[in-house]
Amino acid sequence: MDFGFILSSALGELFSPTTAAYALAALGLAVHFGYSGLLNFGQAGFMAVGAYGFAISTLTFKAPFFIGLLIAILCSVIFAFILGIPTLRLRADYLAIVTIASAEIVRYVVTTNQLTSVTGSANGLAAFEGDFYAMNPFPEGSYMGMNNRDFFIRVVGWALVIVCCLLVWLLMRSPWGRVLKGIREDENAVRSLGKNVYSYKMQALVIGGVLGALAGMIFTLPRGAVQPSNYGTELTFFLWTCLLLGGMATVLGPVIGAMIFWVVLSLTQSLLYGLIESGVITWLTTVQAGQLRYILVGVALMLLMIFRPQGVFGNKKELAFA
Amino acid sequence: MSEMNEQDIDYMTDSRPIAVGENLPGCKKRDPIVVAEGVTRSFGGINAVDVEYLEIPRHKITALIGPNGAGKTTLFNLLTGFDTPNSGKWQFEGNSLAGVSSYKVARMGMVRTFQLTKVMGKLTVMENMRLGAADQPGERLSKALFKGMWGGRERDITAQADVLLQKFKLDAKKDDYAASLSGGQRKLLEMARSLMVRPKLVMLDEPMAGVNPALTQSLLDHIKNLKAEGMTVLFVEHDMNMVRHIADWVVVMAEGKVVAEGPPGEVMKNPAVIDAYLGAHHDVDLGDAEGIKELEAELVADDESVVGTEDAGILSDVVEPNKEDRK
Repeated sequence: MDFGFILSSALGELFSPTTAAYALAALGLAVHFGYSGLLNFGQAGFMAVGAYGFAISTLTFKAPFFIGLLIAILCSVIFAFILGIPTLRLRADYLAIVTIASAEIVRYVVTTNQLTSVTGSANGLAAFEGDFYAMNPFPEGSYMGMNNRDFFIRVVGWALVIVCCLLVWLLMRSPWGRVLKGIREDENAVRSLGKNVYSYKMQALVIGGVLGALAGMIFTLPRGAVQPSNYGTELTFFLWTCLLLGGMATVLGPVIGAMIFWVVLSLTQSLLYGLIESGVITWLTTVQAGQLRYILVGVALMLLMIFRPQGVFGNKKELAFA
Repeated sequence: MSEMNEQDIDYMTDSRPIAVGENLPGCKKRDPIVVAEGVTRSFGGINAVDVEYLEIPRHKITALIGPNGAGKTTLFNLLTGFDTPNSGKWQFEGNSLAGVSSYKVARMGMVRTFQLTKVMGKLTVMENMRLGAADQPGERLSKALFKGMWGGRERDITAQADVLLQKFKLDAKKDDYAASLSGGQRKLLEMARSLMVRPKLVMLDEPMAGVNPALTQSLLDHIKNLKAEGMTVLFVEHDMNMVRHIADWVVVMAEGKVVAEGPPGEVMKNPAVIDAYLGAHHDVDLGDAEGIKELEAELVADDESVVGTEDAGILSDVVEPNKEDRK
């Protein structure tokens, strides 16, 4: 087994664009659940809306990159309104039901055969990232072992993560963020103090949704393809795992959570493959090992919930009285 | 008295009559702050609230009493927009509140607390207080990012909160999570937080429920002081001693209807109220030995009571005053 390779590929996951996308989407969930108490089980839907919004506007309507970006954000705002208007006046669990269903609806709609010309059906869409890489300021060459394209998407992805973290942090320390946290604790009490709870919840839903849409774009750009199977329910639950790993009502928690999630996945996979190839483990195939690593992530999450329920960055005090 | 300027009146000692005319259920008040007319609310065929006419006097402490299920909390919910009546009109300072959502009612100056105390457990006591303040520009998303736009107001709010926390003896706790407070302290925090809104009418739903007797006196003083500061208070309470001590006006509800109204002394002598709610021997304070002797004497004279007859003691042991005295 080549431990150097195992370690370097695990470290490579730390700053991969996919990790950045997971961090952004989990940050959106932190805004939803950690700060506002909105149970969003459809963050994959927001990511799909962002990714498809961008890809379709680029391919079908030949929109330039930034117009496509704006359209993607706009689509996610509209999606948030569609989800929020009927459910945010109701109890928290209704939003959970509606979001999990509508994320699936989005996925099935883009898979429909009748829409193949627009959405590419199950095969998805590809070749929409040209405008993005055309803006690459880095000349060809090797940047820390990556080519200029890989390096560019990482720089953009993580710059976006940093900017979004900063914005969320600024928002959550403000009185606006205080109202959101109050709503998380008891929305009727906040209402009795003269705050328009419905409007605050809608704003939080939109902001978290936009973060999800941006994540969807960062997720698809390096792949050069957007496929419906990437946006299934399991994506949402991976994002929740990241959020819980890092700590719910924190800004850095989702980012670190996403990093831990991908490093653990990469480490377990390469270790298992290494052990299988070197003949130490004979009772597993590499296919089974690929599935076993998700089981291990689940076990890691259980251990974390038992021994550090507030997550890596969470405040123990905030949980002590829950 | 009539030529006295409204500004010069000390609300603590103002003894002008509250009602215009006789103290009957639904009577007109000299200066009402809330007027409710024909407000009904039914839950599955049962009329929880059926108030024909009710006025709440301004600058007074009004107690709303009645047996369990009389519709007191439902009336609170209806008045503050937390629930919608099936019919009726109701207004606050002359503005109709029909169809006005609860947060707007609060902004108009009508702030309530809850029977089951609602504090934001995972916010500190200070943050709970700040949350109550009105007119914080930083609560708008467009200004939240820039501390320069809300930092000044935040300092004012914090100063206001400090004063209130000191009054309510919570200043030592201000950096603790509200969830770490005791039940009584939470009641105090909820009341203090509602005052951060600078309300005109404070509606307290059972402010004494679950509060340790040692805190009761200070809570009573706080409520009395609200009147001195020009606020109007409406509260629901089961503790008759509290009602007697601080209320200027008592409204009695039973089965959703207002059955009696008047100053506390008068209402508690009303036979209908005594039957419906207070019990025959309500005016005895069981807290001291004198009261118990008095009660025994009354019960001996009472035909329906077993005390003083040969059956005495069949339900429970005879009360021994000296045992009760040790407290």
